[in-house]
This record gives sequence, C-alpha cells and structure tokens, in this order.
Amino acid sequence: MKKMGLIAATAAMTVGLSVNASAADTLAAVKERGFVQCGVTTGVPGYSNPDDKGNWKGMDVDVCRGIAAATLGDASKVKYIPLNAKERFTALQSGEIDVLSRVTTWTLTRDSSLGLNFAGVTYYDGQGFLINKNLGVKSALELDGASMCIQSGTTTELNAADYFRENKMQFEPVVFDTADQTVKGFEAGRCDVLTSDQSQLYALRIKLSNPNSAMILPEIISKEPLGPVVRQGDDAWFNVVKWSLFAMINAEELGLTSKNIDGKKNSKNPNIARFVGAEGIKGTGLGLADNWAYNIVKQVGNYGEAFDRNLGMNSPLKIERGLNALWNKGGLQYAPPIR
Amino acid sequence: MSSDANKSPSASQKTRFWHDPAKRAILFQSLLVIAVLGFVGMIVQNTLHNLESRGITTGFAFLSQEAGFGIIQSLIDYSESSSYGRTFFVGLLNTLLVSVLGIIAATLLGFIMGIARLSNNWLISKVASAYVEIFRNIPLLIQIFFWYFAVLRALPSPRQSLEPIENIFINVRGLYMPEPIYGDGFGWVVAAFFIAVVAVFFISRWSKKRQDETGQRFPMLWTAAGLIIGLPLLVYWVMGSPLTWEAPVLKGFNFRGGMTIIPELAALWVALTIYTAAFIAEIVRSGIEAVSHGQTEAASALGLNRGKVLRLVVVPQAVRVIIPPLTSQYLNLIKNSSLATAIGYPDLVSVFAGTTLNQTGQAIEVIFMTMLVYLTLSLLVSAFMNWFNTRMALVER
Ligand SMILES: N[C@@H](CCC(=O)N[C@@H](CS)C(=O)NCC(=O)O)C(=O)O
Repeated sequence: MKKMGLIAATAAMTVGLSVNASAADTLAAVKERGFVQCGVTTGVPGYSNPDDKGNWKGMDVDVCRGIAAATLGDASKVKYIPLNAKERFTALQSGEIDVLSRVTTWTLTRDSSLGLNFAGVTYYDGQGFLINKNLGVKSALELDGASMCIQSGTTTELNAADYFRENKMQFEPVVFDTADQTVKGFEAGRCDVLTSDQSQLYALRIKLSNPNSAMILPEIISKEPLGPVVRQGDDAWFNVVKWSLFAMINAEELGLTSKNIDGKKNSKNPNIARFVGAEGIKGTGLGLADNWAYNIVKQVGNYGEAFDRNLGMNSPLKIERGLNALWNKGGLQYAPPIR
Repeated sequence: MSSDANKSPSASQKTRFWHDPAKRAILFQSLLVIAVLGFVGMIVQNTLHNLESRGITTGFAFLSQEAGFGIIQSLIDYSESSSYGRTFFVGLLNTLLVSVLGIIAATLLGFIMGIARLSNNWLISKVASAYVEIFRNIPLLIQIFFWYFAVLRALPSPRQSLEPIENIFINVRGLYMPEPIYGDGFGWVVAAFFIAVVAVFFISRWSKKRQDETGQRFPMLWTAAGLIIGLPLLVYWVMGSPLTWEAPVLKGFNFRGGMTIIPELAALWVALTIYTAAFIAEIVRSGIEAVSHGQTEAASALGLNRGKVLRLVVVPQAVRVIIPPLTSQYLNLIKNSSLATAIGYPDLVSVFAGTTLNQTGQAIEVIFMTMLVYLTLSLLVSAFMNWFNTRMALVER
C-alpha cells in the first residue's frame, strides 16, 4: 500500500513539475494557509511519535513547532505528515510538505542531486547496532555472517554494506519499509542485529516488548548529521527554517528558556534585546514578525529544553548530550549570532 | 453538405475530401494523434526543464553507478559493488521467481479446491467453500503479514534448528538444503532428459494418429512417465552417479553453504498462492458448472465412465470458460507480488523502486522503468493466454 503512495507522489510530482516552473514562495503559502505541513516519521519515540492522545511529540516535531511559532506566531499550527524513509524526499519535492523534519542525514547526494537543501543539524548522530543480549556479542567486529534488519531507503543500508565490506565480513540484509516492521522482524528473531542511527536505536529499543533483552554495541560506524530539509530554490523559506533552528540553539546559549523569557523582554543585554525583537533587524530580513524568535522560545523552548524533554534526561531515552552539547560546553551545536 | 449532396448525388467522384466521411475521419484522427503526441512531448520537455531548474538530476546515467547496498537473495551474481542497473535485474528476476512459483501453485490448489466444491461429499465441499470464502475476503497484505510473522514466531533460532530430514534444516532464517554439485558427465543426464521429452512428443503424435485411424488406444501416460524419468536415471547410473551434495553447516550465527529459501519468499509465495487460489477455485467451479448437464448425461449414455466423461467432455468445454478469467488472476498475482516490499522480499519494487530510487533520488526514471516492466509482463501473459485460448476454442465445423 505504501508503494501506491510513492507512485502517486511520483505521478503528482511529474504533473506538478510539468506545469509550474516558477520557484514557489513557500513562506507566503504557509501564511495564507495558516499552518505548516511538516513531514515526520511514522513513529520513532523521541523524534516524532504520537502520544496516547494523538499529539505528535519529539525533537523533530519541536523543530516543526518552532517554524510554526516563527512564521505564524502559534506553535500548534502544524500538520504532521508521517512518511517512511522511502517516501520522504518525493513528498518534499512534490510540494506535499513544506519542510521535512525526519531524522534525515545530510549527505552530498541528497543535498546536490535531489533539488533539496539541508537547513542545519538538529542532532549529530552515527550508525550503531542493536543486538539481542543472549547472543553474547560484545563488538560489531564479531558480527560476521549475521542477519541485519534494516530500514529501506536509508543511509543505514549503505553504511552497513560499506562497513562489512571494509572489515571483510558478510551479512544478510533484511530490508523493511517502516520502523515498526523493522522492529517486529528483529523481535521475531528474523535478524540478529537491528542497525540504524544510534539515537534511534535507543528509541526503537523502548518499543520492544522487553527492552532489557537487547543492547547497543559500542561501535559507531558513520556520521549521521540529522536536520530539517527544504526544497532548493526557495531561499526565503530556506532562511526561515534555518534561523528557526538557529534561534533555538542561540536561546540556550543566551540562557533564555520558555520559563524565563518573559522576564527578559526588557533585558539590557544587547544580545537578548535583539533576540526578543526589541532592537536590531528584528524580523524584517526574514519576512517574519519582530518577535519571531521570542515566540519560538516562549512556545517551544530552547534547544536544550527540547533535547532534555524529548531525548535527554527528562525523557525515557536518557541520551547524553555528547556531541549535541553547545560548542562552549564541549559539543558541536553552534549557531551564527542573531544580530 | 446536404445541399451539396442534393445537387449532385451521382458525382461522388468529385466530392471534396472533407465531404467524404472516411477521409475526414482519417484527417481528424491524424490531427488527434499529432495533438496527443505534441502534448506528451510538451509534458516531457517541460518536466525535464523543470527538473533541471530545480536542481534534480535526470537521465539514466545512474544505472551504471555502483549500488553499494546488499540484497538478500539474487538469482544472478550480485555484490555491493555491482551497479544500480544490475539491481534492476536482480529485482526483476526475484519478481519473476515468486510470480512463476505462485502461478503454478495457485493453479494447482485452485483447481483442486474448485473441483472439491462440486464434490458430492458434504465435508469436502463445505471445507472448500469455507476456504474460498475466508481467503477471498481477507486483504492480501494482511495475509502476507500473517504468514510472515506467524511463521517466523513459530520457528526456532538457528542454533535450535529443526532437521526433519538429514541435512535439511528449518529455522527462523529460512529453509536450508544441500546444494547439488554437478560432476563430469552430468550433462549427459540432462541430454537424456531432453531426448526423452522429444521422444515422448513424437510417440504421442503417432499414438494420436493411430487412435484416429484405428480407434486403438496406446498407454501414453505410462510410456511418457517411464521415458522421462527412466532414461535420465539410467544414464545417471551408467555415468557413475555424477552428482554430489554440499550440505549446509552451522557456523557462527547461521548456516553457511547449501541452498536457502528465505522466509520472505516462503511467506509471500504461500500468501499469494492461497489468496489467488481462492479466486481460481471459483472460476473453475463456475467453468465446470457452465457445461450443461445434458452433455454429461449424453456422454454417460454413450457408455463413457466418469473419468472419461470429465476428461473428454466436461473439461475441454469448461477450459474455454475458465481461461479468460484465469488470465486476469495471473495478472493480479504478478502485480500483487509487489506487496513483497512490506515483508522485505527483494522484488523489483522493493529493490529497484525502493532502495535504488531512494539512493539515487531519480523517482521519475525508476518508476517509469518499473511500470514498463509490469506492463510488459502483463501484456506477455495476456498474449500467451490469448494464444492458448484460441487453441482451445471450439473448432466449429
Ligand atoms: N538517518 C538515516 C536513517 C533515517 C531513518 O529512516 N531511520 C529509521 C530508523 S529504523 C526511522 O526513523 N524510521 C521511521 C519511519 O520510517 O517512520 C537517513 O537519513 O537515511
């Protein structure tokens, strides 16, 4: 059935591409429509997953909410479109979504040949392996001959092949369409190993009926910078998405949180004054309201808050900040200044 | 026009060509064809231009790039360093494999169930109709998931494999069998087989002719079976058994060596077979019921026994009714095999329209090629079945 979606999207894309050449103005379209269409996963806890009331929650979801807060002044004005790995780029190219915020790795091929642009990095990740504890394996180098459950249409598929080839090992790839099926295949014992971006392994592990039966191997075999993606050729929208993410990171650096930002509206600190839109260029360049960055932090929170809530210590995943700490705290998260 | 026709009704020679309906039709049809072609050309042109201006790579150059991903089952040599073009053929052959297996098994099961539904035995006919009603009415995708996950859960891990027959192992990774290793002289065995087939062909022509002329029947079935099985066996024995088997052995995570049927193939095959056979059973039942009862009675009155009535009178007529709808079931099965992607069987849609499409991003080219494959396969099957149908059709004298 997924295939029908893909074919339909391709058909839509062919039709769309054959009539309209002008680069669409996504920002204007979003403002007119009144909500942002955001492509997310079909369900990876911590990144994008509907809670028991059907509200989407997660790090990637918070990026979408930040964009909605910046453009529309209301973080709840988002329509989430769940996509599996195979469908995601076609959905973006065909205009079905405005932004793809779905654990998507920034690679040369994707950036240069799909007509897409990556707007930054929400999470620095790397590929890892989840295995059944009772196999007694301690390192990925002991995996020669193993079967691996992999999700189709991911960088994971390629990295696994590279890694095993490089280490002269063999493996049997069992490739599924969605995260759910991949997990089920692993649970049913079809594979010895489930491989994916390491943070998603933590997330998928809590989906297992017995999470303690599985463990994550220490090796990380690739670089997976995950970030939001937009269509190439619409620079205004590209800027909006890019700076929405930068605002969240800058807010953490400036110590602005959803709780304290109201009290800092009249701050004498020039960086904060510019941030909340009291001074400086405000929203003019981006075509947004002057308080666009304030809205993001007030309604969604800063990068650190979003991280802790979804992936970090206040979440079931308990992932360390690691590479995703701010640059001045030993990590890689660094955003250009708002001024 | 009407005035024209009134003035010179006999001057049809001189009618202007736009007054001649036949010529006018040709003109309009050519205009239409030109317009349609022009429109298609414009769409293609425009699409290419827009793809380029949006920075999306186009063309078929990707087919020769290295694929870089693994595929679990391939009927031809394939490795991570093979090209994207090769992934197309790997996927295509896997699609053909499951389709052919599915068509054979569904036909057999469908015929058995269809005939069983007409059985006078209450139990048999009820079992057959329950089968048809259940499996025809559950969506195929759900059946595929059922067979896949239900079967997976029931099977043991590689280290606790079942070994029903020596050197054949069943576990959650699949069915492992010894692989035949052909020694010197095995070619002769194969040759003997083909010689037997050819011989059977000629003997059957001769026996038919003889029956037409003299009315004597020849035990064709037994002769054929004896020749086709016996001759190769004899040669095999004469050549000193030129065939050995390489058994699979448990090593590390799993068995190595031998031949494997992966659970994805097994589940898809079973699901496609059971689902399609339910429809075929109905087609067979209605085909047989379409032969009027008078025919059966007339045949019995001639003194033919039950088996011969079926074989000589009922089946040949039923087959004519059965073949056209059977063709559409075959086409459905081929197209339904693309649901493979849901359980990770590496068919064309999963490998080529899935992974290859995603890694290269060339959706339009890849989907175009994939659609062309299904179209071609469907047309080939239809053509074959039409040919078969004309052969079986009533020869009216
Ligand atoms: N970062 C990788 C992998 C992303 C990915 O799709 N990961 C899987 C984890 S198994 C996932 O999130 N699947 C969720 C879904 O398909 O809805 C990529 O961009 O190719």
